[in-house]
Amino acid sequence: MTTIPFKLPLNIKLYRPVSPTGVWGWLTTVDHKKIGVLYGVTAFIMFLTGGIEAMLIRTQLIAPELKIIAPEVYNQLFTMHATTMIFLAIMPLSAAFFNFIIPLQIGARDVAFPRLNAFSYWAFLAGALIMKSSWFLGGSPNAGWFGYAPITTATFNPGNGIDFWIIGLQVLGVASLAASFNFIVTIINLRAPGMTMMRLPLFTWMTFITAILLILAFPVITVALIELMLDRTFDFNFFNTKAGANPILWQHLFWIFGHPEVYILILPAMGIVSEVLPTFSRKPIFGYPAMVLAASFIAFMGWLVWSHHMFTTGLGPIANSVFTLTTMLIAIPTGVKMFNWLGTMWGGDIDFKTPTLFAVGFMSMFLIGGISGVMHSFSASDYQQQDTYFIVAHIHYVLFGGSIFGIFAGIYYWFPKITGRMYDEKLGKLNFWIMFIGQNLTFFPMHWVGMQGMPRRIFTYDSGMGWAFWNGFETIAAYAIAFGVLIFVINMIKSWTGGKKAGDDPWDGRTLEWSIPSPPPVYNFRDIPIVKSLDDFWHTKQKSSNSNTKVKSKTKVSDIHLPQPSYWPLLVAVGLTIAGFGIIYNLVFTGIGIGIMLITVCAWSFEPVNEPDSH
Amino acid sequence: MSDETTTGLSHRKLLIWVFLGSDCMFFASLIGTYLIYKGSGVLHPGPADVFDIPTTSVSTFVLLMSSMSMVFAYAYLVRDDIKAFRIWMFSTIIMGSTFLGFQVFEFSEFYFHDDLSPQTNLFGTTFYALTGTHGLHVTIGVIWLGIIFYSSLFRNTVTSKTNLDLDLAALYWHFVDIVWIVIFAVVYLFGTFTGFPSS
Ligand SMILES: [Cu+2]
Repeated sequence: MTTIPFKLPLNIKLYRPVSPTGVWGWLTTVDHKKIGVLYGVTAFIMFLTGGIEAMLIRTQLIAPELKIIAPEVYNQLFTMHATTMIFLAIMPLSAAFFNFIIPLQIGARDVAFPRLNAFSYWAFLAGALIMKSSWFLGGSPNAGWFGYAPITTATFNPGNGIDFWIIGLQVLGVASLAASFNFIVTIINLRAPGMTMMRLPLFTWMTFITAILLILAFPVITVALIELMLDRTFDFNFFNTKAGANPILWQHLFWIFGHPEVYILILPAMGIVSEVLPTFSRKPIFGYPAMVLAASFIAFMGWLVWSHHMFTTGLGPIANSVFTLTTMLIAIPTGVKMFNWLGTMWGGDIDFKTPTLFAVGFMSMFLIGGISGVMHSFSASDYQQQDTYFIVAHIHYVLFGGSIFGIFAGIYYWFPKITGRMYDEKLGKLNFWIMFIGQNLTFFPMHWVGMQGMPRRIFTYDSGMGWAFWNGFETIAAYAIAFGVLIFVINMIKSWTGGKKAGDDPWDGRTLEWSIPSPPPVYNFRDIPIVKSLDDFWHTKQKSSNSNTKVKSKTKVSDIHLPQPSYWPLLVAVGLTIAGFGIIYNLVFTGIGIGIMLITVCAWSFEPVNEPDSH
Repeated sequence: MSDETTTGLSHRKLLIWVFLGSDCMFFASLIGTYLIYKGSGVLHPGPADVFDIPTTSVSTFVLLMSSMSMVFAYAYLVRDDIKAFRIWMFSTIIMGSTFLGFQVFEFSEFYFHDDLSPQTNLFGTTFYALTGTHGLHVTIGVIWLGIIFYSSLFRNTVTSKTNLDLDLAALYWHFVDIVWIVIFAVVYLFGTFTGFPSS
């Protein structure tokens, strides 16, 4: 492997890699497409581990009064299941699409800060490993994904589980913040000529809004986590009720973050659906400006509703009424989006390929989840639904039937672009129908047992309660979902290794990513495209369909300067991991980790983005 | 990669703005926590017992002046007057360090003299967490400015052509300064005014 030197202050010489291959190529890559694949594969493995946790939970609940899983372990399972699915699966799966697709959709050769992008991935991996390692290092967090303090303080929750949760989330927060800074700057500043904001594809728009929500929401939970960490590690009093601490301070901070977070989880999926539906209906998206405005309004209103998670804490009738109203208001822009998707399909020449099925599945499941959401947005009825399986049904309709279906639509839709190969359509459709039926059979009965009063987060239930039949039914249906995911995995492996060649534009696409080869070359666009309208690529194809002449590019590939690989993003993340484990075990390691980070960040900042003389 | 950007602004300049927007929420949450807990908890000492407004006013004034000095440093750098740039840069760093010195003095005074530790009561917890986080921001700023000063002094690499490097550090510096003004008003002044609801 060749390396080239660069100078640091104090005249230390360091070397950077030049086009490494194999494992080194992946460890030092700054290519947004490779990072996107790393994100996708890692997050999917995390999705599978979260799925195993869910299967264990359902197995314990298959019949009343079972003791397959001990209550302490059960608490850890539901905490880790939710934490995994939210922070280690849905968010990074969305980030995988941001990475791979956004530069292609805006006509760029990479993101604004390629090394920062690599760092985001390594920090995400570090956070995932810290979080998951708790299973092998003396027990996982056990207080729910929201980790309400004071129940998570050292007095009530000794042991390391909560510390793993705090540190894991902090590191994941760093990763998400870095990625979001990067994507905001990229979308504002790296658009191809003519690509105005109102010509951006809707997936790019949703990513942009998601990133803005994220950079404003994550600092809030970061502060909450730091306060909890100070309490647990250094005996501060933030959540010490003996010193007069407010027992619902944590809830306020957490849900000020938590509600924008649900839009961080759903908006990317909405963006994917807004790409899939026009392509497969052969019609432009209906009401493009309304879609952008509705999403912006949802993102804004998302800040004014957090207390709907706290109706039963006794905030009083005025607060409860106000938060009921603001919450119900969000149904309006969401309805606008729903009708626009319907309007897009209306009268279209709809091709029911697997991505279309998942997109329509998304719409119907998200609609049901949205309706049950409006039901408990009403504080009076929320008193009955709070902490029951009704809420479990609601969140799985919006996050599994919603976010995950949207992400699956995206995986099938962009699979040909990412791998250059076609997936197996028969297996894809089988995958959809099994998951769709399994989702409804698993989660719909939860509405009923929830209304009958079955509480969430209990490891078992009495046989006299009358919940046994539906719980057994739900568990069998949940196994069907697992079977559906297995078919998906088989399809992906089979198609990635041996699928037939896809071609550049298998779907007759509308956006710029379909105008380049599959898989895209390292430099993405040989010539930076010039954009004249929304869905420019589609219109270009319509005009030139008579004359089948392709314009020959004048750009020489060797003239394209790309950012070069770097060790530093990985090394900074290593320092971050050591510092994180140090807080759990021994503060000396925190010092060492911070030292490593300082040195590597300095080396990084003195390393040029690319060497002018290396070509 | 080409240097052209869609807006004409450099990527790094946009990045620092986006970062500062995020940091606003960070401080807002900390200040929010402080305000929620203001006056709760019965254990003394409280704000009125420990704050010495004249001393803290001096350090606040020093930090404010450091922002002005930063503006001069930038103005001279843009005109390629490296000598004047270095002088103002040095004075900014000295004033930033002076502020930190005041904070160390204040903390030790509270800790050893007034028996106020983060573990003592809610005021101690929220006060040290908020002002400590701000102090950490100032420290990072001083190190950042120090690296630029060092590069100018010993490597001669800071010129009007690289003024963006200083511009970013300056934006961060002014931001940290503004945050302190808010903290000084909310924590110190409102904390000691008689007649204002406090402990
Ligand atoms: Cu909410």
